[in-house]
Amino acid sequence: MNNPSEIPAQDPAASRQRTIDIVNAGMGKRYAAERRFRWYGRLAIGLGLLFLTLLFTSIVSNGYSAFMQTFVRLDVTFDAGLLDPEGNRNAQQLATADYGGLIKKSLRETFPEVSKRRDKRALYALVSSGADFALRDLVLSDPGLIGTRQSVWVPADDDVDMFMKGHIDREALQTDRRIKDNQLAWLDRLQADGRIEKRFNTTFFTAGDSREPELAGIRSALTGSLLTLLVTLVLSFPIGVAAAVYLEEFAPQNRLTDIIEVNINNLAAVPSIVFGLLGLAVFINLFGIPRSAPLVGGLVLTLMTLPTIIIASRAALKSVPPSIREAALGIGASPMQTILYHVLPLAMPGMLTGTIIGMAQALGESAPLLMIGMVAFIVDVPTGVFDPSTVLPVQIYLWADSPERAFVERTSAAIMVLLTFLIVMNSLAVILRKRFERRW
Amino acid sequence: MPSVLVLTLLILSSLAYYLGRRRAFSVAQGAIRKLHSLPVYYGLYTAIWCGLPALLIVATWLAFENALITQLVVAGLPDELHSVGTDHLNLLVNDIKNLVSGNIVSRQADANVQAAAARYQNLVNISHAAMAVVTLSFAIAGATLTLTRIKPEQRARNVVEAIFTGLLIVCSSIAILTTIGIVLSVLFEALIFFRSVPVSDFLFGLEWSPQTAIRSDQVGSSGAFGAVPLFAGTLLISFIAMSVAVPIGLMSAIYLAEYAGPRVRASTKPLLEILAGIPTVVYGFFAALIVAPFVRDSGGLLGLDVASESALAAGLVMGIMIIPFVSSLSDDVINAVPQALRDGAYSLGATRSETIRKVIFPAALPGIVGAVLLAISRAIGETMIVVMAAGLAANLTANPLEAVTTVTVQIVTLLTGDQEFDSPKTLAAFALGLMLFAVTLVLNIIALTVVRKYREQYE
Repeated sequence: MNNPSEIPAQDPAASRQRTIDIVNAGMGKRYAAERRFRWYGRLAIGLGLLFLTLLFTSIVSNGYSAFMQTFVRLDVTFDAGLLDPEGNRNAQQLATADYGGLIKKSLRETFPEVSKRRDKRALYALVSSGADFALRDLVLSDPGLIGTRQSVWVPADDDVDMFMKGHIDREALQTDRRIKDNQLAWLDRLQADGRIEKRFNTTFFTAGDSREPELAGIRSALTGSLLTLLVTLVLSFPIGVAAAVYLEEFAPQNRLTDIIEVNINNLAAVPSIVFGLLGLAVFINLFGIPRSAPLVGGLVLTLMTLPTIIIASRAALKSVPPSIREAALGIGASPMQTILYHVLPLAMPGMLTGTIIGMAQALGESAPLLMIGMVAFIVDVPTGVFDPSTVLPVQIYLWADSPERAFVERTSAAIMVLLTFLIVMNSLAVILRKRFERRW
Repeated sequence: MPSVLVLTLLILSSLAYYLGRRRAFSVAQGAIRKLHSLPVYYGLYTAIWCGLPALLIVATWLAFENALITQLVVAGLPDELHSVGTDHLNLLVNDIKNLVSGNIVSRQADANVQAAAARYQNLVNISHAAMAVVTLSFAIAGATLTLTRIKPEQRARNVVEAIFTGLLIVCSSIAILTTIGIVLSVLFEALIFFRSVPVSDFLFGLEWSPQTAIRSDQVGSSGAFGAVPLFAGTLLISFIAMSVAVPIGLMSAIYLAEYAGPRVRASTKPLLEILAGIPTVVYGFFAALIVAPFVRDSGGLLGLDVASESALAAGLVMGIMIIPFVSSLSDDVINAVPQALRDGAYSLGATRSETIRKVIFPAALPGIVGAVLLAISRAIGETMIVVMAAGLAANLTANPLEAVTTVTVQIVTLLTGDQEFDSPKTLAAFALGLMLFAVTLVLNIIALTVVRKYREQYE
């Protein structure tokens, strides 16, 4: 103050100049930092989306070919002497006849030059071991075939299927290939004769699990999933809604309800495998419910999805304005009547949305089900909640472990089916929310 | 048989409902206003008294029936079958039950077993018949008694509503029962395990090889239960996952919340959230089929020796799975920061990124920490990805290119094989489950408290 001339800031023009200089000097850097930061954000989102597309494209590109299956056309003579020597069309006898022999004979007729035992075996390996069942089903549905000569399409072996789909390289060394040179020649001849064709793979949707990829299907796993989900829905929806109604509308504010609240939030974050341990120790070892049954699976998944449903239902109840309750109470409804007849219907869309999302979670869950034995090799389609069964995600896990190349595409195809279900369920939830969402 | 009984009870109850309602009308003699409650409640009241006690009896009956009958059958077995020891006796009982239900029996059924099976079947028939008689008489008695007592001034609605409230309370206590069930079942088995393996060996042991010897001279079955390699493997994979998920998730949340316009936001956010809806088994397949070979091959190009089940591959894919988890939680948290803080920073001349880094991020930090903790707990408990893409051998290593195993992988491998339930190998899975539950519980509680405190701060 005493010596103003020594303080440059006293000069207004000069000081303004200098501050703006300092600011401007840093400006370029700051804007560059701003641009960089923005790009980091774009990069992060781009990476996330990239992973998503990568995941989907790899699954689809691996899996779409599983919906087609290679078939071989054989001229089969349904030899009456072999199938029905007594000529009485006995179904029991027809069911146990040697259809494999028919196929072998037909293959030998197509390639008469094959004579060595080893070569014959390689020849027979071109056709799936399930081909005899295809013939048997044909004969059983129409016994009139016996004694005739028919052109029949039978499924090819999985190695042939892989070769036809281009997964086996014909230029590779013979020892590295699952299709040998002589088999290659036969296949080329079959193809030239128009005896090989790719057709829609109905087996994939109508069969249970199998060790042979060309005979394996998802039907038993899908049925198991539906049964398990049914048990889960029947139990978790009423219980979840009831719990939400009590906690949101009736419960007094005390320690106990506090504990329940904290509990529900925690359960929502407990690893799913721990629920599997609970199911194993309580439902199977203590209550003696049979292992691998959809009932146990449904019980475990109920406990797992309950927190999701309760939290969503409470949010739905919370969004119903208090004026509705007050109006109902004002004209003399009891609290229970108010909730049941007025609040619950208005909250129902939100509750259903939460339930669908919970069901979608349960459909994709596999870890807890491994613990309770739903990881079995299931060929038959389960018919009730006590039958041993498996679910679609676990079937995917089992197939992913199988060494055959053909199971890779079947696993991917099963994943595509699973994802389709999930997408449908989630879009349903979104539509429900959009359609019935009410702004008060 | 019991299902038919339950069905009959339900039909009886609906009949009781109808009768009760009609009775209410007739008692009121046309003047419904004289009734205390609506006629519906008299119907429900009758139906409850008809069905509820009977159904409770059925439930308890069925719960104890099996044990009681088994006891009776065992007591009735000839003496020479009793002397064989408990294990053998259990097998025998199993055989008898299988014979009764018409399943395949493990051995030739001799006359004694046949007789016992017949006796068992006989007792079951008697028990079911008795149950039917008792419950049906209870149901009919309850209904008639209630019907005769219906009066206009009776408070039917209050009773019905009280019972309904009780039902609601039972439903909401299932959450607590689940937690208690988890703790008890895991703790109980773990305690049995710790009787044969000391806690300190389990928590601090450096070697994990759960193959217990069946014969004493067996090679390679040391039965070591030191869980440190599992903890290390879990932490390694979770660390890799978090170093993928936290930067990507956080940056995309920031971009979506602060920069993106409403249209970009509306289209990008659901797309990212698809990642959260994909089942973990799909990620596991993706990791094992695509990512693990890719990591191994690209490591090979760089001259690195990468295991085909490297921790890196599993961790990467797990990170992808957790991205939407981190991003949607952080998005909520960032949106909860009051606009006034942003406006203040802008008015001081800060650029947007400066505002975000210097003002919004510190303000949102507690919430973000909570989100990250929840994500870590998710990563630790994740099962399918590591089961399919990580190794089985317990290596104590910090090298992400080697194969490691995790707690969840071991639980699955220990419990999906064929073994007796009370071997230390099986029980070890429950001890690991206990650790898993305890760690994730603590993480969750901390995270949820932090997030809740944070929300309250700005509300």
